[in-house]
Amino acid sequence: MIVAILMPFLIAMCIPFIAKFKYRIHTGYAVFATSLSIFLYFLVLLISGETETLYRYSWIPSLGLDLTFYTDGLALFFALLISGIGALVAFYSIFYLNLEERLGSFYVYLLLFMGAMLGIVTSDNIYALYTFWELTSVSSFLLISFWFTRKASTDGALKSMLITFLGGFSLLGGLVLLHLVTGSTSIREILTQGDLILASDWFPLIVVLLLLAACTKSAQFPFHIWLPDAMEAPTPVSAYLHSATMVKAGLFLLLRFTPVFKESEAFFIAVSIIGLVTLFWGSYMAVRQTDLKGILAYSTISQLGMIMAMIGYGTEAAIFAAMFHILNHATFKGSLFMAVGIIDHETGTRNIRKLGGLWKLMPVTGIISILASFSMAGVPLPILNGFYSKEEFFSSSWDLSADRAFGSDFAALLANIVPYAAVAGSIFTFVYSMYFYFRTFTGKAEKTTAEKAHDPKFGMLAAPVLLVSGVLLISIFPNWFSRHLLQPAANAVYGDAMKEHSIHFWHGFVPALIMSLIVVVLGVLFYITRKYWMGLYNVLPGKLSGNIVYASLLSASENQTKRLNDRIVSGSIRQYNAIIISVISIVTLLILFGTNSFDLRNIDTSPVSLPQSLPELAVALIMIAAAFGSTVSQKKLTAVIILGVVGYGLSILFVLFRAPDLALTQLSIETITVVLFLLCFRHLPEIKRERKEKLSKKITNIIIASLCGLMMMLVGLAAYSQRLFPSISDYFVKYSYKLGGGDNIVNVILVDFRGLDTLFEITVLAIAALGIYSLIKLRQKEGDR
Amino acid sequence: MEIIMIVLAGILFGFAVYNILQKQLLRIIIGTALLSHAAHLFILTMGKLKRGSSPVLTEGTESYSDPLPQALILTSIVISFGVTSLLLVLAYRAVKTNGTDNMEELRGNDHD
Repeated sequence: MIVAILMPFLIAMCIPFIAKFKYRIHTGYAVFATSLSIFLYFLVLLISGETETLYRYSWIPSLGLDLTFYTDGLALFFALLISGIGALVAFYSIFYLNLEERLGSFYVYLLLFMGAMLGIVTSDNIYALYTFWELTSVSSFLLISFWFTRKASTDGALKSMLITFLGGFSLLGGLVLLHLVTGSTSIREILTQGDLILASDWFPLIVVLLLLAACTKSAQFPFHIWLPDAMEAPTPVSAYLHSATMVKAGLFLLLRFTPVFKESEAFFIAVSIIGLVTLFWGSYMAVRQTDLKGILAYSTISQLGMIMAMIGYGTEAAIFAAMFHILNHATFKGSLFMAVGIIDHETGTRNIRKLGGLWKLMPVTGIISILASFSMAGVPLPILNGFYSKEEFFSSSWDLSADRAFGSDFAALLANIVPYAAVAGSIFTFVYSMYFYFRTFTGKAEKTTAEKAHDPKFGMLAAPVLLVSGVLLISIFPNWFSRHLLQPAANAVYGDAMKEHSIHFWHGFVPALIMSLIVVVLGVLFYITRKYWMGLYNVLPGKLSGNIVYASLLSASENQTKRLNDRIVSGSIRQYNAIIISVISIVTLLILFGTNSFDLRNIDTSPVSLPQSLPELAVALIMIAAAFGSTVSQKKLTAVIILGVVGYGLSILFVLFRAPDLALTQLSIETITVVLFLLCFRHLPEIKRERKEKLSKKITNIIIASLCGLMMMLVGLAAYSQRLFPSISDYFVKYSYKLGGGDNIVNVILVDFRGLDTLFEITVLAIAALGIYSLIKLRQKEGDR
Repeated sequence: MEIIMIVLAGILFGFAVYNILQKQLLRIIIGTALLSHAAHLFILTMGKLKRGSSPVLTEGTESYSDPLPQALILTSIVISFGVTSLLLVLAYRAVKTNGTDNMEELRGNDHD
């Protein structure tokens, strides 16, 4: 289990070495083998019926951080999808990517993504889920910007990253709230506490945050804008990440938490509306696109919206239909993307206006496309799986108001409107599917493209052919898939109480069939007459677009960041110092006052009495006067000599306070320092009159300096107010002779107890000496600069 | 006595910081020297003052002044000497190379 999930990461580490031999054997084969073996592993799990496997590794149990993997029906369903499509995409990419491309990087990213995706679907720990979630965003970013020399690629990658990271951040927020409410980090335990979550005050916020995460990841309106731009990625990536798997992570998240959320009416209202709006808007916008991948991108958005709406319904039939459609969408959309990749590869263009009549030139690609796009449109034929799931969608929409009891009027009203909205949204799905197929494969071929275009080698066709045969297989044996794959997955979401579903082509003249027929008839009508209503796009969306909002937000944030940066990072070290010191002082002062740390009554000090204390007081006054003098003096010589007075004063204090070693050291060091100052003097300019400084600046500096002094005083007083621990000095006094064999305790501490400190002290001195030596001796030769 | 010494250390800290915030390199070096003086006094005060004889073991003495701060300060004095001398030479080189000892003029280039 753990091996299967971590294998992509492990192989990814080896890829750079394998990629060195890319001219002998294409790196893609290694990736293909990896994903295939993972797929087989999960397939064996599925067939053996052993759906609950666990792997647990505790990392920080006290914080609830561990790595736990488990597979229920839902996880297994997604894991099969991820590894299966992954294998096909890897195989396809072997023929799609030139050997000159950076294959190593490409496959590392791809494996990174696959591992992260498997992690998302099998993680039990919410924080592990979050980590894998972000990892998919990162690898998606890297893959979109794979051709990083194109500006469109990097822009698209940036856009997708900003939007999905926004979602990732809110996911983290939602998960933290779930953790707080339930006190658990395990998804399975969280799900058992549904009532607690529903009753909690945080519930609305949790729903909003998780929805935001799901909607950004699954490109739901109005966050869908990143997906069309993500089409700058190599086509295998688009097929894999941006249609079959990554964009379904958002759906997975909602499905995972559906056992809790399905009770909530607000969840139903929000998700259904978002889903249906996205379904309509995506399919409406798809008809307008001229880039083949653009059509597919908007089509993906629309299909995701449809699945989203079904998750929102939350009824048995709808959840089952959602699973079914996720599977079907992966098959037909994956093969369509691969077909587009082939067309692009062969004709050199993806612009639908330049294409046409490819049917005669590329019959195999044509067959793949016609099956896949008709399946997408939901054409009522028994061999097209898209029709089956669309039927399920319609019937679950139709039955919604009967299957579910609603508390509020609005929800009940919405449930009644839903079937009409479903039909309306699906009409354009039909239109763009026809548009996609007929504009590309029928009509007149352009001369430039016609000359060289032909079906590619078998290898490139293999993956889409396999996927399309998946379309057929699912349609012919729907109940096998239902029993082994969809039913366990839906059970995991809905609970075991779910009754067995069987899928049939013919139900009789039920409402769902009538809805399908309406869609087909109106769809054909709209397609034929599309010349007459295309003008509508000038009105809606016209110039309205989420991209405008995105662009203005992006440029605004860039400008603000630049302004802030320019203000703080001015290059003036003085300013940095002033900021650092004042922040330290103010924060410390606030904490000291806030916690009431000093208590002057309890201070245990030695007495001050005249005339015994006179020497100390006198020295202290002299030192203050000297410090003041050296600060205000206008001559450098005066300043340094007066500074020496402070140092000598300190050594007198050391004498008075019974620290003979310190006094000796201080005296000698002070003397050397003054000498050193004087040595350097010849080269340092005279102190300038400080009047040049602005008065306000001066006052600010005085305030900062006083604050810092005050802070240190109060810290000292606070330290005297409370002694939390006994001093360790007694230990040194006691054992100085016994262990160190010396009478002078300070010396014993330095050379024995804390001998290493002294060693490092000497090292510091040596480094300083080296620095000084090199600064003086190794000067740059004239003219070097 | 401790309170007086704490106040003295605080005042020294104040002067030190004021000097560090000045424009001229020499002023800044004076500031760091003052800062180390203040810190030494502060550390010494943290072990109690005037509570016994010098920390040298002698027969019949029960109470010694705290040896630990003294050991720490001894290390620190030497290191602050190293720092001061390095700063001095650095200032000397900076003046030689750039022709100025004004911090406002030593800002580095944009984007390097």
